[in-house]
Amino acid sequence: MIAQSKGKKNKQFVEKLIPFILFLIASVSVLTTIGIMLTLIVETITFFTRVSITEFIFGTTWLPFSNKEAQYGILPLIVGTLKVTLIAILVAVPIGISAAIYLSDYASENVRRVLKPMLEVLAGIPTIVYGFFALTFVTPVLQGFFPDIKIFNAISPGIVVGIMIIPMIASLSEDAMSSVPKSIREGALAMGSTKFEVAWKITVPAAMSGIVASVVLAVSRAIGETMIVSLAAGSTPRFDGDFTGSIQTMTAYIVQVSKGDAGYGTTIYYSIYAVGFTLFIFTMLMNIAANYVSKRFREEY
Amino acid sequence: MRYVEHDTVVRRMNGRMVVNTIFKSIFLLATLTALLALFVLMYQIVTQGISHLSFGFLTNFASRFPEQAGIKAALVGSIWLMAVVAPTSIILGVGSALYLEEYARQNRITTFIRMNISNLAGVPSVVFGLLGLTIFVRALALGNSILAAGFTMSLLILPVIIVASQEAIRSVPGELRDASYGMGATKWQTIVKIILPAAIPGILTGSILALSRAIGETAPLIVIGVPVIIQFLPAGVMDTFTALPMQIYDWSSRPQQEFQQVAAAGIIVLMVVLLLMNSVAVFIRNKFEKRY
Repeated sequence: MIAQSKGKKNKQFVEKLIPFILFLIASVSVLTTIGIMLTLIVETITFFTRVSITEFIFGTTWLPFSNKEAQYGILPLIVGTLKVTLIAILVAVPIGISAAIYLSDYASENVRRVLKPMLEVLAGIPTIVYGFFALTFVTPVLQGFFPDIKIFNAISPGIVVGIMIIPMIASLSEDAMSSVPKSIREGALAMGSTKFEVAWKITVPAAMSGIVASVVLAVSRAIGETMIVSLAAGSTPRFDGDFTGSIQTMTAYIVQVSKGDAGYGTTIYYSIYAVGFTLFIFTMLMNIAANYVSKRFREEY
Repeated sequence: MRYVEHDTVVRRMNGRMVVNTIFKSIFLLATLTALLALFVLMYQIVTQGISHLSFGFLTNFASRFPEQAGIKAALVGSIWLMAVVAPTSIILGVGSALYLEEYARQNRITTFIRMNISNLAGVPSVVFGLLGLTIFVRALALGNSILAAGFTMSLLILPVIIVASQEAIRSVPGELRDASYGMGATKWQTIVKIILPAAIPGILTGSILALSRAIGETAPLIVIGVPVIIQFLPAGVMDTFTALPMQIYDWSSRPQQEFQQVAAAGIIVLMVVLLLMNSVAVFIRNKFEKRY
């Protein structure tokens, strides 16, 4: 009798303790975000005690390793990032959306069941493998067509980043298109529309919010992509419109500094946090925009 | 009054059908282009790497000479890394998912945690590296050890595991829960004895897929300062180490042509590891799918 009531007490104690423990575990993800923000902000402030904010934001020269006069204008790194992202989007958006339309409106159930997992394999390949592919295959092939292209350039990593984000656009867009009710499509088909007219005038407009959100998320992924650009884009920060020569992106700069021995406490060491913070803001804005688009403009059926 | 002018329709029908066929081909072609890229990538890597692949490649340490370079330290290092990442990320992920699905009330804090998880999933991996460098390597003075890298990777894949576990827990039928409560079980007993066993296949599948992302991640390892040329095997979680993607990165960035083949061989090893992990995930999913 006594043992039983003791057991009951223990049980009640466990029942009260468990939710608390689980809450602590669940707060780890929040702590991670806070940790990321604090880390970036604190170290970036230290960086700004040595380099002026205006130079950082508006400066067009990024020369951290210069012995005489180091310059920290981030615009060249942003331009490099945007070059790669632009090419990636040019590759991935037409292919990704076309694939999504094919899978949702044309492919039979059997074809879909084969093609979709194969596309998703592309998403599971480590980025280091893509980087190797860009450097050892895509760049030489491009050089075969256009001899002016250097070993390190913005085009080859751009194309490969594009290949990497195709499954993301295809998969998310296809989800949006598949959620357009069958009855609407069947209505259009019954009125005599061809499949293309249904896809172009019914499915795509109805799924537009999902498609746009998928593209914005893909842009965010392309901006944050690190290994492909580290291997294939080079390490020359440049503020110009040239795609054929060596460039440097924000992510590649962080890798370049981390690989070397920038001692703890040097300005170069703090600069990777300032660059990381800029990168974080870019991707965060993109993610928020994607969220907003998919919520605000969703067509409800 | 006629709503459809038969003649006009007949006249335009051919053109519309042609447009339809053309675009169907374009859409199919685009899909196949993506798959073609996949096959070219695989083909390139296998043809470049297969010549360097041997038993010695798996049992040799890294070397300055391409013909002697092996992947032993990286392979063992990656296994060590997974030995830290798997328990850490699964305990944190399943715990968070249980809280959100079973205990959390619908209030602002819960909404905030959910929103935060989806935002965290969009943070670039290189930024997680900066977090690991500041918190684990420096503040907690773990150095560039397996533990520091493992914790960093765990946080990186945490959102994926939480979302997968949430879905698995949500898909456990409500009747099971009600039956358990009806028998007088407490909430925690129900979770441990009914919900978790039923949700484990889904949780495991999601976790293995997340782990296979962690094993291929390179950027955070570079940022926290994981070295490449390692001539010994780690003996514990506080030892320094190297990992498969780090080793591949180092070989790929060397100028000599021979090292490109070594890198390709390393990639084959990494891809085989990934394939094995994914097969296990598919196996678990097929074996335990739809038990209800």
